[in-house]
Amino acid sequence: MSEDLKIIEEVTGSDYKYGFVSNIEEELAPPGLNEEIIRFISQKKNEPEWLLEWRLKAFRAWQKMKEPKWANIHYPPIDFQSLHYYAAPKKQQRPKSLDEIDPEIRRTFEKLGIPLEEQKLLAGVAVDAVLDSVSVATTFKEKLAELGIIFCSMSEAIQEHPDLVRKYLGSVVPYNDNFYAALNSAVFSDGSFVYVPPGVRCPMELSTYFRINAAKTGQFERTLIIADEGSYVSYLEGCTAPMRDEHQLHAAVVELIALKDAEIKYSTVQNWYPGDKEGKGGIYNFVTKRGICKGPNAKISWTQVETGSAITWKYPSVILLGDNSVGEFYSIALTNNHQQADTGTKMIHIGKNTRSRIVSKSIAAGKSNNSYRGLVRVLKKAENARNYSQCDSMLIGNRCGAHTFPYIEVENKTATVEHEATVSKIGEDMLFYLNQRGIPTEEAVALIVNGFSEEVLQHLPMEFAVEARKLLAISLEGSVG
Amino acid sequence: MHNAKQPLLVIENLHVAVDDKQILKGVDLTIYPGEIHAIMGPNGSGKSTLAAVLAGREDYTILQGRVFFDGKDLLEMSPEERAAAGLFLAFQYPVEIPGVSMLTFLRTALNEIRKSNGEEPIDTRTFLQRVREAAQLLGLGNDFLQRAVNVGFSGGEKKRNEILQMAVLRPKLAILDETDSGLDIDALKIVANAVNSLFGTIQSYLIITHYQRLLNYIEPDYVHVMYDGKIVRSGDKTLALELEAKGYDWLRSETLSSIELPSTTT
Repeated sequence: MSEDLKIIEEVTGSDYKYGFVSNIEEELAPPGLNEEIIRFISQKKNEPEWLLEWRLKAFRAWQKMKEPKWANIHYPPIDFQSLHYYAAPKKQQRPKSLDEIDPEIRRTFEKLGIPLEEQKLLAGVAVDAVLDSVSVATTFKEKLAELGIIFCSMSEAIQEHPDLVRKYLGSVVPYNDNFYAALNSAVFSDGSFVYVPPGVRCPMELSTYFRINAAKTGQFERTLIIADEGSYVSYLEGCTAPMRDEHQLHAAVVELIALKDAEIKYSTVQNWYPGDKEGKGGIYNFVTKRGICKGPNAKISWTQVETGSAITWKYPSVILLGDNSVGEFYSIALTNNHQQADTGTKMIHIGKNTRSRIVSKSIAAGKSNNSYRGLVRVLKKAENARNYSQCDSMLIGNRCGAHTFPYIEVENKTATVEHEATVSKIGEDMLFYLNQRGIPTEEAVALIVNGFSEEVLQHLPMEFAVEARKLLAISLEGSVG
Repeated sequence: MHNAKQPLLVIENLHVAVDDKQILKGVDLTIYPGEIHAIMGPNGSGKSTLAAVLAGREDYTILQGRVFFDGKDLLEMSPEERAAAGLFLAFQYPVEIPGVSMLTFLRTALNEIRKSNGEEPIDTRTFLQRVREAAQLLGLGNDFLQRAVNVGFSGGEKKRNEILQMAVLRPKLAILDETDSGLDIDALKIVANAVNSLFGTIQSYLIITHYQRLLNYIEPDYVHVMYDGKIVRSGDKTLALELEAKGYDWLRSETLSSIELPSTTT
């Protein structure tokens, strides 16, 4: 309740407030992509031979692939050879303790409201901070280690836990899954790694904060989360980037593995730079996120709030392999000005009595274009599978578009699949009612949009929900009147 | 008795049109603090248009006339500025706001008004106390405050909710636009009781109604009869009783003999 009000008070300037550039010495690979660059990255990261081979296989697969064109998004062709595929804060070694972090990097994260000192952290949140392609700090590691929980950067996991990485990397999103996943597999530089041992309930939220800083770089992080039998983990992901005139590419891959009786809750608040009001600059966010409920009674829940990026193309999905497993997708996608989003989910029912639930809220303002695209697939053996999908769209103004593309493929007669969709506009009546109660139009819109999104917001962990509400309000500034 | 005070609302010769159709044809009305005025009249006479224009609804064209609220030019103000200045409209058809709880809504409204008036946001305890008292006054439970604004409310609940908002926001002038319509007798008594007990905190009321019924419970100082876009008669509360007894046809046939009338009215 009080959050709403705070947000409204904080909504003053209408600029992207995370748009600063940090002055950090970066080590850049030369632009362009070839096997040499991949070898360079792999060598930089001191990787085992199998991983280099895997990268090269992905690269060769990628070379034969074409950029997907089926999404309801439009942009000029990307020159993949002009991008830098590796950028890292210049530092010989990863800092051994938080004290050794470059003060400029520390200030960067402080500006973003992500304190790296553990004592200052909000109770119950461990943070891994990724700047450009490299993880710069992970907090609370020792405390988590006592429970056997591994929470570290992907680079570190490759060195310290190679067996786990080798077993699961690419097991949910294969290296040749799609154009961007293949690209990521070839050049990924870092990301977060989580392993929760059997029967352990992770006592705090694990959080990764992604920040793109360097110019003309792609960010290709890779996240792998494994919840062993009977374990539970809640993971949060936040992202921002400086304002730059050119488009920047972000092509991440996230893989979630929930074994028998395990539960993974994955929340994202995505606020990459969306470009300016004329559509100049902004991040192309082409992300593959997929989880598998590998054992019976496993559960994976995706919650996302997508307010940033010039273009968002992502479909966090769940493969429901284990019997009685559950997949959930709660999404708010807000587009303003010239932003484009084509986002949704895939729920693949394979096991018996599997259930999935999709709640998607799309909000389009300005000249933006917002599409929900979802697939519910029930395979032959998925007896008594159930799905419920609800896709609501809200339009603000007359120049934006909202579209819903639901795909339903059912091969088993016992399945129950329900789909509901609504489209609404913020009406004059609603605004006048709120105006008459003293609430100016911009705040009224924020209130209405927050109300519209409430069903999804309530699935976010508390602190994240507060940030998300603020973001919704800020992202809509100037969209009316 | 008025002379010492400044009037709260002054309407001078107000002419208003919607889509080229003239609805108000010269309304004059002055309300002083401490007064309760009622406007009665048949459907289509312009009562609700007057309420909407005072609240600042767009889609109306002011052809002529002036309106002052608390000494300020009301027609120059945005709807939210009018609200902040202390003008409240209880809507005839309240609007649903899905997903926004009553508490969030009330607190946002109250603090926006306070902000406009250079005041600090209300502290949580004072706010909750005020809201709970208001809910109690309207016979609404605390769970009502957790519900989304007007979503799934019965007709009676919606009307009581308007008065609840009035009780929380404490305007100077409250315009009740057919708040009595659709209320059963018990709800009507609750609403009337709330309106009466808030009188004082709220300086003046302008009650718009089709029926005399509400005026059995809220005693107006002045009753005005509106007909075809004008106030055609003003008097004390006995005028309402007279209207009730004789109906609006009586006005048309006798009182208004000198006024040009449309050939048919409802």
